[in-house]
Amino acid sequence: MPANYLWLIPLLPFAGFLINGTLGRRLPRALVSAVALIATAVPAGLVAWLWATLYSTDTPLTLNSGPWIAVPGFHVDFSLSVDHLTLIMLGVVTGVGFLIHLYSIGYMANEDGYWRFFAYLNLFMFFMSVLVLAANFLLLFVGWEGVGLASYLLIGFYFKKTSAANAGRKAFVVNRIGDFGFLLAMFLLIAHFGSLDFSAVFATVGAHPEWHAVRFLTAICLFLVLGAAGKSAQIPLYVWLPDAMEGPTPVSALIHAATMVTAGIYMVARCHTLFDRSPAALAVVAIIGALTAIFAASIGIVQHDIKRVLAYSTVSQLGYMFLACGVGAYTAGIFHLLTHAFFKALLFLAAGSVIHALSGEQDMRNMGGLRTRIPVTFWTMSAGVFAIAGIPPFAGFFSKDEILFRAFTSPGPLGKILWLVGLITAGMTSFYMFRLWFKTFFGAPRFEDHSLDSHGAAVHAHADTKLTVVAEHDSGQAAHPHGVHESPWIMLFPLVVLAILSVVGGWVGIPGHSAIERFLDPVFASAPIGGELPAAATSSGLELTLAVVSVLVALLGLYIAWLFYCRKPGTADALAQRFRSAYSLVSNKYWIDEIYHAFLVTPLLMFTRGIVELIFERGVVNGSARASGMTVRGFAWATRNQMSGNIRSYAGWLAAGAAVILAAMIFGRALWVHL
Amino acid sequence: MVPTSYYLILAAILFSIGIAAFLIKRNVITIFISIELMLNAVNLTFVAFAHMWHQVSGQIFVFFVMVVAAAEAAVGLAIIISIFRARKTLNVDELDLLNH
Repeated sequence: MPANYLWLIPLLPFAGFLINGTLGRRLPRALVSAVALIATAVPAGLVAWLWATLYSTDTPLTLNSGPWIAVPGFHVDFSLSVDHLTLIMLGVVTGVGFLIHLYSIGYMANEDGYWRFFAYLNLFMFFMSVLVLAANFLLLFVGWEGVGLASYLLIGFYFKKTSAANAGRKAFVVNRIGDFGFLLAMFLLIAHFGSLDFSAVFATVGAHPEWHAVRFLTAICLFLVLGAAGKSAQIPLYVWLPDAMEGPTPVSALIHAATMVTAGIYMVARCHTLFDRSPAALAVVAIIGALTAIFAASIGIVQHDIKRVLAYSTVSQLGYMFLACGVGAYTAGIFHLLTHAFFKALLFLAAGSVIHALSGEQDMRNMGGLRTRIPVTFWTMSAGVFAIAGIPPFAGFFSKDEILFRAFTSPGPLGKILWLVGLITAGMTSFYMFRLWFKTFFGAPRFEDHSLDSHGAAVHAHADTKLTVVAEHDSGQAAHPHGVHESPWIMLFPLVVLAILSVVGGWVGIPGHSAIERFLDPVFASAPIGGELPAAATSSGLELTLAVVSVLVALLGLYIAWLFYCRKPGTADALAQRFRSAYSLVSNKYWIDEIYHAFLVTPLLMFTRGIVELIFERGVVNGSARASGMTVRGFAWATRNQMSGNIRSYAGWLAAGAAVILAAMIFGRALWVHL
Repeated sequence: MVPTSYYLILAAILFSIGIAAFLIKRNVITIFISIELMLNAVNLTFVAFAHMWHQVSGQIFVFFVMVVAAAEAAVGLAIIISIFRARKTLNVDELDLLNH
């Protein structure tokens, strides 16, 4: 593919955004959908062409479209670059993105603001493509900020709902904290390298083998980690992602599971040359990842909202990817990113289908027994559940196992601890995913089919989905228009495709024959990895043992979930009663939101309301406005009485003025001559 | 031959009477007449000076003033009539709508 076509990949969705964003309100829905679909399908085709062009070559495709910022000693260009890492990201973004656009047509069919939704979705695709295609930090930052904006707009899509508007704002503000770190990292890069170009920066680092664990590289890396932690929802900035579930479910699938939140992992992998030189920063990445993984998984265990379970599971899986990057196993991290994009998008879309079937119900306590009622959703979601739980031969097994193996073989005692944390997390993941599975699809139904009719209207107004889609595709059953129903084919098709990918997607990374490792080798092998661990990669016996252990742990999770939620459905509640304080701690999410609120948000609000508003707002801003007002009033008061409105007084002033001028002309001149 | 100063003094007296009437009188028509008086006082000075300097331009100017005064009288009287129809008064002290 000629490099000149690269800009089409981001610009077509942008054109879609402009068309739908400006004219969409007046266009028919079919046309809005067509524009949005074409704007994502063509880039997906272009990416396929890119794959065909670049699959067998190691040289990246680059395109420099001219200068953006050019000052003496520093310049940034509009430059794009595609290497194998970008190819994988582009494939995920455009492929999964296209499927989710397709799904959204069915899911959003009866929503208000249909055109707005697709305009935002296309805007997101634009910025995400820019993010992965960028060949320098600044262009990446444009995409980085842009996806944050699109995420904000889509979380707050139901902006009439206060919780959705607040969630959008929270996501934006928390991301700004991360962006602050990214900005500082860029300033340091400019100060130390004089360039923001990836190839220039990495080449400079490569030319200085003596820069190992130097302070400025560690500082840059730690600031980058702060940025990545914001975008990828890691401790301490993970709090926005669970709240982001206020957005429509396809948005959760695309932005808050498959693509945007992986931008942080992509960025760390992209900057691996820097991170490889800073063992301290890598250790921070690994520890943050492991802590986030187990922490989020523990919260996920007790959530009742089906989307919140998936949200915490996303945070937890992103922690795995961080962990992988932290032990230098970037390939494993990107591999998990890939499989996670498949199965987590699938899980969210299937959850959306369940919610759709139950007319907006998201609480798993009100589900159950849906296996036979919505079979396609059930089977596809099962593929996703097995994949994330790490049961072979589903996709998640291979990628998660690779991460655990690489953690185990990384040097030092830290590696073993990370492995153990990862293993426990894997068991917890398996448990809460099968908990979701059993509670949703097995047992007796805990919902009333027709009760939904009575309070359906309330559900419509507030919940994420509208069930009235039913009316369109089985309007023949006018008797129960709101009964449990399978979704239309346009929603099921993406589910089926993603389910197949969740089954076979991991096979590109079978240990020993890992296609993905060979594929990503040119990207990651170029840098010498700090430690001497590649030697361990050959010990296939150890890998097999570890794989067996993690499968056993996953099966244990499955067994406990079955015991608790299928065989004896009261067990979990009884346990929660017995360990009430622990349960309340976890189910309140360790009070993290409350702690942040008390120690960060409230003081900040007090500062702004007290100091800034009192002194600056009232004193400076209001004061200066008032002073100028008073000046005018003063002058007005002095001259107001002249304007009596009495014509004769005006005439009198006129005559007096004329007399004065006349007197000045006659006597003034004489006076002047005398003086 | 009457000296020019006589004409000028007469014009000044007429003009002052015009101004005084303009300032003192309340009736719009009287004010209007006083304006005409002032205009004609000025006309008188023009003619006097034209005669004094033997220049015809001063006399031509008088014709211009008379034409403008005629036009002004036509427009002014029309305005006065419509004001009277609207307000039922010709007292300028009561015609202060813009002040309120």
